[in-house]
Amino acid sequence: MTNLLARGRFIFAAVMVGCLVAFAAPALAQQSGAPIDPQADVVDQQTLLREFPRIQGEINQLDPQARVLIQPAGRTWDYFHQVVLRWIGAIAIVGTLAALAAAYFILGRIRISAGRSGRKVLRFKAFERFAHWLTAVSFVVLGITGLNITFGKLLLLPLIGPDAFSALSEAAKYAHNFTSFAFVVGLVLIVAIFIKDNIPDKTDIEWFRQGGGFIKSKHAPARRFNAGEKLVFWGALGAGLLVAVSGYLLLFPFYVTDIAGMQVAQVVHSVIAVLFVALILGHIYIGTLGMEGAFEAMWTGEVDYNWAKEHHDLWLEDLLAKDRTASAGQSPLATPAE
Amino acid sequence: MARMKFLCDADRCIECNACVTACKNENDVPWGINRRRVVTINDGKPGERSVSMACMHCTDAPCASVCPVNCIFSTDDGVVLHSKDLCIGCGYCFYACPFGAPQYPKLSNFGSRGKMDKCTYCAGGGGTEVPGSIEEYNKYGANRMLQGKLPLCAEMCSTKSLLAGDGEIIAQIYKERVIKRGYGSGAWGWITAYREDITV
Repeated sequence: MTNLLARGRFIFAAVMVGCLVAFAAPALAQQSGAPIDPQADVVDQQTLLREFPRIQGEINQLDPQARVLIQPAGRTWDYFHQVVLRWIGAIAIVGTLAALAAAYFILGRIRISAGRSGRKVLRFKAFERFAHWLTAVSFVVLGITGLNITFGKLLLLPLIGPDAFSALSEAAKYAHNFTSFAFVVGLVLIVAIFIKDNIPDKTDIEWFRQGGGFIKSKHAPARRFNAGEKLVFWGALGAGLLVAVSGYLLLFPFYVTDIAGMQVAQVVHSVIAVLFVALILGHIYIGTLGMEGAFEAMWTGEVDYNWAKEHHDLWLEDLLAKDRTASAGQSPLATPAE
Repeated sequence: MARMKFLCDADRCIECNACVTACKNENDVPWGINRRRVVTINDGKPGERSVSMACMHCTDAPCASVCPVNCIFSTDDGVVLHSKDLCIGCGYCFYACPFGAPQYPKLSNFGSRGKMDKCTYCAGGGGTEVPGSIEEYNKYGANRMLQGKLPLCAEMCSTKSLLAGDGEIIAQIYKERVIKRGYGSGAWGWITAYREDITV
């Protein structure tokens, strides 16, 4: 028994000596060799930023955004938001307004050349008008509240003061967030209803060749929608899609993207939105001030027979042909006004 | 007038997170919000460095520039403060901030943000409250500056890694350290925040 214990003690001592030698050896080597450089593997911030646009590390907190230590792109985004976006927005919107004013004062209102006939033709059904106005009203709300975020502090803040402006802007933020859903529903309805009449065809080329009837008093041929209206349709679809997707990325921050993605989403959202506003300003002009007999199409749903003949001759022909074959006697579509 | 700055000497930071805790306690920061955080670069690898980061109180602060309601401003000491009465919680300051400093209490629906909260350099708030009042404390946290004290995160740093105070003085302290010990991984964030670096 004592023998066994003694042998155990001997093995233990041998292991200890072995360990000592093993650990002491590198320490001796260090003492004799070059001093340790604590900076040997340290990477400085400039090097890290050259490799990747932002410096990220590990963190004990659960928020993944907190891992980003430095993102100099924030200053770039600041420059975009404060300088670039303001210029793009101002040029797009003021420029469009100026062009429309010029159109109104130089070209004047496009009249119904033959005058009103007194006969009415149904152009938009009630549900089609509902889809249009749902989108239109929500677009105006979104447009004004959105422009407030970029231009409000320049134009409105000096007028009403910081307290009123903040209260207004906070309400505008919520209005913007919630109205977005109505806008998307309206846009989906518009696309579903009108896409079949907005497929580009040969008449569009002719319409453009004739200057859309703007330049001469002569009217270019068109089906239910002319090439200009088709442009508005596809523009609204494309821009609407982009602002909706980027907008929901902003409304649900960091759900699917990181800080760089949020900045890109804001850039896309704001640039497309101001161009969208410019496009719709043109649409509003031609649908109201710019053309006699156009607004009633979307308001009462019925247009004058002569208006339809001048602006959508091919559509009217189709309509009348369909009308004749459908019912020999009574005509539900083209009814004389009292 | 002093230009207040933060400087984290990453070669001294031991990632103890005492600055984070001190800040939370001193300013009674709500759940889910950390005004200061410690990020470790190259975690577990040779050359690992930890940096304590909060609002750097930038020169030409991008958050103040992008704020749609102009609720963020710089004081004469270079401290960036904001008014929670005017903040609309849009989140733009977070996109503009190079250091991820602005925080938002998560309220109600979707990604709706509450009033922004961030490091105040322990200098109270940028609202209309009386400096040092309980109203100011409840909304923004402590006003140590009023008492002639520096931010508690830096005051409590056990290795004196995190420095707060006049930019020129803390830069001088850092330079002396680098010269004495022979190395330094740089003043993290200074180029981005103050458009100047400390060269030794």
